[in-house]
Amino acid sequence: MAFLQQFALLLALLIIFSTSCKTAMLEVDSAEVGLNYSLKSSAIENISTSTNDSTGGHGSSTITTLPIVIWKWHHVETPYLVALWILTCWLCKLVAELNHNITSVIPESGLLIMMGFILGGIVWGADKAQTFKLIPVNFFYYLLPQIVLDASYCMPNKLFFSNLGAILVHAVIGTCWNAGTVGIALWGCYEGGAMGNLNIGLLQFLLFGALMSAVDPVAVIAVFEEVHVNEVLYILVFGESLLNDGVTVVLYNVFDAFVSLGGPKINAAEIIKGIISFFVVSFGGSFLGVVFAVLISMLTRVTKNVQVIEAGFIIVLGYLSYLTAEMLSLSAILSITFCGVCCQKYITANMDEKSVTTLRYVLKVMANGSETMIFVFLGLSAIDQNIWVWNTGFILLTILFIVIFRFMGVFFLNWLLNQSRLIPIDLTDQFVMGYGGLRGAVAYGLAASLDEKKIPEKNLMLGTTLIVVYFTVILQGITMKPLVQWLKVKKATKSDLTLNGKMNNRVFEHVLTAMEDICGRMGDNWWTRHWNYFEDKYVCWLLMTSDARKHKDPIFGVFHKLNLEDAKKYVNEGESKGSLAFIRNYDNASVDFKKQLALEYADIMPDIMNDMSEYDFGIDNVPVTSVMKNPLPSVSLNVHELDRKSMLNDLSAHHLLDQHLYKSRRDNRPTYSRSHYNTSENPDEMQEIFQRTMRSRLESFKSAKMGVNPAKKLSKHPKKDSTHKPNGKPADPHRTHPYGDEDFEFSADSASSSEIAGHFPRRNTNAPGAGVDNPAFIPEMDMSPPMRNPPWQTETANNMAVAPSQTAQGRLPWTPTNLRHLAPLRMSTRSTDSFAMADASVDDEAPEEKSGSHHTRL
Amino acid sequence: MGSTSSTLLKIPNVEVLMQETGFSPAHIIRLHDRFKALDKEGRGHLCPQDFGAIKELAMNPIGDRIIGAFFSPGKETVDFHTFVKILAHFRPVDKDRPKEPNSPEPINSRSNKLKFAFQLYDQDKDGKISRDELLKVLRSMLGMQVTEEQLESIADRTIQEADLDRDEAISFEEFRKSLEKVNIDHKMSIRFLR
Repeated sequence: MAFLQQFALLLALLIIFSTSCKTAMLEVDSAEVGLNYSLKSSAIENISTSTNDSTGGHGSSTITTLPIVIWKWHHVETPYLVALWILTCWLCKLVAELNHNITSVIPESGLLIMMGFILGGIVWGADKAQTFKLIPVNFFYYLLPQIVLDASYCMPNKLFFSNLGAILVHAVIGTCWNAGTVGIALWGCYEGGAMGNLNIGLLQFLLFGALMSAVDPVAVIAVFEEVHVNEVLYILVFGESLLNDGVTVVLYNVFDAFVSLGGPKINAAEIIKGIISFFVVSFGGSFLGVVFAVLISMLTRVTKNVQVIEAGFIIVLGYLSYLTAEMLSLSAILSITFCGVCCQKYITANMDEKSVTTLRYVLKVMANGSETMIFVFLGLSAIDQNIWVWNTGFILLTILFIVIFRFMGVFFLNWLLNQSRLIPIDLTDQFVMGYGGLRGAVAYGLAASLDEKKIPEKNLMLGTTLIVVYFTVILQGITMKPLVQWLKVKKATKSDLTLNGKMNNRVFEHVLTAMEDICGRMGDNWWTRHWNYFEDKYVCWLLMTSDARKHKDPIFGVFHKLNLEDAKKYVNEGESKGSLAFIRNYDNASVDFKKQLALEYADIMPDIMNDMSEYDFGIDNVPVTSVMKNPLPSVSLNVHELDRKSMLNDLSAHHLLDQHLYKSRRDNRPTYSRSHYNTSENPDEMQEIFQRTMRSRLESFKSAKMGVNPAKKLSKHPKKDSTHKPNGKPADPHRTHPYGDEDFEFSADSASSSEIAGHFPRRNTNAPGAGVDNPAFIPEMDMSPPMRNPPWQTETANNMAVAPSQTAQGRLPWTPTNLRHLAPLRMSTRSTDSFAMADASVDDEAPEEKSGSHHTRL
Repeated sequence: MGSTSSTLLKIPNVEVLMQETGFSPAHIIRLHDRFKALDKEGRGHLCPQDFGAIKELAMNPIGDRIIGAFFSPGKETVDFHTFVKILAHFRPVDKDRPKEPNSPEPINSRSNKLKFAFQLYDQDKDGKISRDELLKVLRSMLGMQVTEEQLESIADRTIQEADLDRDEAISFEEFRKSLEKVNIDHKMSIRFLR
């Protein structure tokens, strides 16, 4: 909440600053230069005037002395204010998004409008007038294109085209229906006297109906995405809204032309012309968009060397398609829509993956940014006094009619569509579609661009539009989510990406087309198949790079994606294992690293070496076969194996370090609570270190005397044996001792199961590290485990009680590989090396001290 | 309508056929017309060659398998009844039809649709899709750009995905499981057969 306050404060400051700057400057301007400045003119609006203004200002001032710094507000005024407002709007979004409890109830667009109200209040308080407003030119040229481009570029392509028929029906027929019926019904009510005295004719009503039919489902789409409604509903609403904007503008222009023409001049010929113009403008715009899509796709074939600006090409060309259509008086929105929808597939295949990501993000930033601005400004527009011409009848009837006719249109068209649809649209889906008919920025933009000379009641229409927008976005937006949940709208089934699914889908498609062929009917599948064929043969050849063509096969694509996913999963799993599970297991199982490696990954290890050579990140060589055969299902790429190998190496290295680096005394916090097993580790370590130092000293002494390393190692055994003989008698207490038992069981196991040196769990794992500097230490490590009274040893101890002479035999199982062949040597060294004897005694004491409970034993 | 009933009358046991497949008389007549058009020599049955004459089928990568599905093993011909019954697999499931408790599972049920798809893979009819069988289907469906190695790995992986009992082959049960989330009724239905 503190945050919220701070932001609110910041916002308020910003607004006051910008507005006061503006007004102050304006006052100065009008005083000094005498330009007739209207306070109402917006910051964005007066680009031309402000430039005039600044040049004028410069011309008039003659400098008398060299200024060090100058206050050059006029130079930057317009861009500065624009940037400031953008910042303000985005901060609004930030504030609006702060509290998730609120955003989960009120959709973001509604919140932004409310923020706009607040901002408007602040501006009003500071200025007593609306100094900034959204003017249609800016809206249509600078804010709308990127929103449409983003929406169309991110459109789920296949879904869109497979439902194109239904979408078109809703977008074209539905929009015309809405426009016509709302206009006529309002006119009828007006004639019936419901609105009092207004200066509006039938044509103006139709124009109003047309602009009112623009559906803007930002809020609805947000809800849909949150709730994951079924994809047919999603694409119908999404696609409809996108195309509907274009159709609305076309319709608006046609009616606008009719209005300009004037009622009396309209005859059958003009109406037919109007209808023709409607289709020419719509389809012309769409066609232009497709042409631009082809251009973009072809361009991306050759942009490999300028990857940095690759993504920019798409944005600029997309924008150009919008402007070109506008220039040719075709439908600009439809143009950019189809441009985005059509080029998406090819540019994704052609461009580098990074560029694709960049494009997506840049588009998102731009689209979200302008969306935010639009909604904030929609809220802000409320402070414009001029538009508030209140006419209760007109406003209420408008709201009533747009809702009623929207529902009627949706239900009727869906009924029509369901006659021929394989999967009919549910009634609940239909209801949600109808309810999702929110009105938004396009309606407002069109209303704002009404010509006051032709339509005397422009302000009433504008005000009504605003009210309708507020009403639908806020009220319907808020109720949308509960409604969707309450109606239990079918959710999207989350489909996993599987090769089986993909492959069988393809098989099904083939089967269906074959059946259609056999039945001699031309169905959807016929079209799909023939389009695919045509696309494969010509379109891809024209629009895709050869590399991209190669990899566009969907089954292969899924395969590649799955592999990538596996790679990620594998790394994640490994990391979690490495940081948590792996090490924790160690405490109980005393995992020996190399042994585990050998056991678990024995079948992979040989492969790794082979696969190294094929290591390549390119899709080209997914050298999978050898890997595929390995039994671990999650591994399917060589890259994984490399990852795995290097990761394991890393892991084992880290692990070794973690577990076996001696801790400094600072780390030995007495409160450190680990498993009981490890609490004894510290004395253990100290003992080890002590032994080591002793050993190395002895070693240096011995090497001077004897020069033989092995001798030392062997010297210890006899001594130990002798010490164990007495200790062996209280065998049972030893055996029950948890440390000794656990520990030894493992070491015996590891010793017998693998031949790698240094298998004994705690102390011996030091061997690899220690052995490097201190060769003498390694052999000694073998000695420690027996000290802990392992089961076999207690057993031998028991035996010894019976037949002490068999000690040598009983000792055999202990590290057999290491010791058996050394046994004869041992005999010889035993008596000769007195130092070794001393050494052994030190060694002997170690285990006793190590585990405190054993002290009593001695 | 006179022609309708007369056409229907020419088909033997048409009542039973309609009962079994759920097709309407209009469907039966349409299919019968098509059947006659395919049966160029008027023998009253179709051979694989008749299907091969449909030129679009030649463009279908698994067309041969689909044609093969019309012919039960050892038979070289398919009569109208069988023809209709096979096509009945692709009738959309009708939800509003009352379910009779004792009636046999309709031809267009989910599992029958799946069985049809399954037998396209399982050419040796051993109830399992082996790696080789899968490879063959994949080879026919994937473009030439995919190398044999990649193909094999895809096949391996596909089997791995579905293979629950680790026998390196996909049984029907596993096949059905792997497609559990797919709306078969949508994917394996032809609209105009509704």
